[in-house]
Amino acid sequence: MTPDARPLLAIRGLTKRYPTGDLALDAVDLEVPPGQVMALIGPSGAGKSTLIRCVNRLVEPTAGEVRLDGEEITRLGRAALRRARRRMGMIFQEYALVERLSVMENVLSGRLGYTGFWAAWFRRFPRRDIVQAFRLLDRVGLAHMADKRADALSGGQRQRVGILRALMQDPALLLVDEPTASLDPKTSRQIMRLLVELCEERGLAAIVNIHDVALAQEFARRIVGLRQGRIVFDGPAEALDAAALTRIYGEEDWSRTIRRAEAAEEEELA
Amino acid sequence: MSLSAAPFDAAAAARAWRPPPLIANPWLRWGVYLGALVYALVGIGTVEVNWTRAAEGLERGARFLAGFFPPDFVTKREDILEGLLESLTMTVVSTAIGIALSIPVALGASRNLAPLPIYLFCRGVIAVSRSFQEVIIAIVFVAMVGFGPLAGMLTLAFATIGFMAKLLAEDIEDIERSEAEAVRATGAGWFSWIAWGVLPQVKPRLIGLSAYRLDINFRESAVLGLVGAGGIGDTLNTAFDRYEFDTAAAILLVIIAIVLACEYASGWLRRWVQ
Repeated sequence: MTPDARPLLAIRGLTKRYPTGDLALDAVDLEVPPGQVMALIGPSGAGKSTLIRCVNRLVEPTAGEVRLDGEEITRLGRAALRRARRRMGMIFQEYALVERLSVMENVLSGRLGYTGFWAAWFRRFPRRDIVQAFRLLDRVGLAHMADKRADALSGGQRQRVGILRALMQDPALLLVDEPTASLDPKTSRQIMRLLVELCEERGLAAIVNIHDVALAQEFARRIVGLRQGRIVFDGPAEALDAAALTRIYGEEDWSRTIRRAEAAEEEELA
Repeated sequence: MSLSAAPFDAAAAARAWRPPPLIANPWLRWGVYLGALVYALVGIGTVEVNWTRAAEGLERGARFLAGFFPPDFVTKREDILEGLLESLTMTVVSTAIGIALSIPVALGASRNLAPLPIYLFCRGVIAVSRSFQEVIIAIVFVAMVGFGPLAGMLTLAFATIGFMAKLLAEDIEDIERSEAEAVRATGAGWFSWIAWGVLPQVKPRLIGLSAYRLDINFRESAVLGLVGAGGIGDTLNTAFDRYEFDTAAAILLVIIAIVLACEYASGWLRRWVQ
């Protein structure tokens, strides 16, 4: 890590109150250093989705500031916001591919922030972008699917395309919203592994919203727990114990959920 | 939780269960049924039918229809052909212009894309376009630009905007939000966002509606001739005026053939884009 260790993303006092009156985020402070993959866990409705959407302002925050690489996102005008969004790749729960476009078009759509309207309208992307897209497709084993329509792919394949679309933006930060929520356990692991590998290769930071606590512990070193719009846990994956889970989710028998972490500890002791 | 209450009797509950009715309140439900019945009876009672006049009319109608046979395609061949070409030109040009203009109106009339003032304005355009029947609009345009196919073309283009924009806007309001959101998250500008996140989702509907409107416009073009807005309707009107029922029959058959062809073509097109 850089010696000055300036955070890539710095969130201060971020608050979101929806017009319905629901307070989704309550003065959240959070810093993410460059290259860190961070898991954001919490019960449904805790504000995880709102948090990452406030970072790229798909949801407008009510108060607080968000700095990416020092640039204050919440005050940007439209054009500057679009430029800032290019640096934040987003990956979605139900993949959110444009189903009627081909795999290649979906991957290339990650370049739309860099492409003028007419070039985008006539699908005329620079050769460099197309080469890059094929490289990435080959990296995840989907090069032969380039001209298939997105809705012809399986869940795991679609999510890979979703990841590539985000990578095409050449981002510094990935905002990942429940990437495995619609996938089976094996595919979930593959997708999480791929995400973490790609982040390491490219030095990307990521905020990963995730429901599955075991998966979060397995793939992220840092875990942040959100409850009712407030951060109630922030620490390394190993520190997430029954007490912490109770703080995040409420009272429940957590002994089996955290068994894996404890088993690892016992092994170390032995 | 073992209280003293009797165990739940599923069989009894099942006997008592009824599927929920369409209208929950029984008074309202039976009121509506009864009201509909009374209205129908009263309605039927007020229609005066003069059976002798109807019988006479049948005979007169039969003579009228007999005049149609055999259809004469030959005598007025050139008039028919000219009217037909005029109608087809009118149809194609007005459909193309109407669709081109309806797309921006449809985007503006979608609540999920447009801010409120633009939305209200575009909905207003649609309402105006849809509130008048084509014949009425044609009369206005004939008065404005004179007799002939230009008036018909303007009429059909105007009517196309309302029709297409309304139905397309409905489809745009139903798009998969997450897909559009994903394209926005890439930093795409507004136009790119529309072109990549919205249009691909409504393209099948757009093409289907366009094909459908083409065939509506052709049928309408046959009617518009009656008020002097050009096309095959003019030719048909002339044929009736001159009591050339055999020629009129030929024209009607041609119209039917073309509408059928349009129908098959648009059905095929819609299957293909799906």
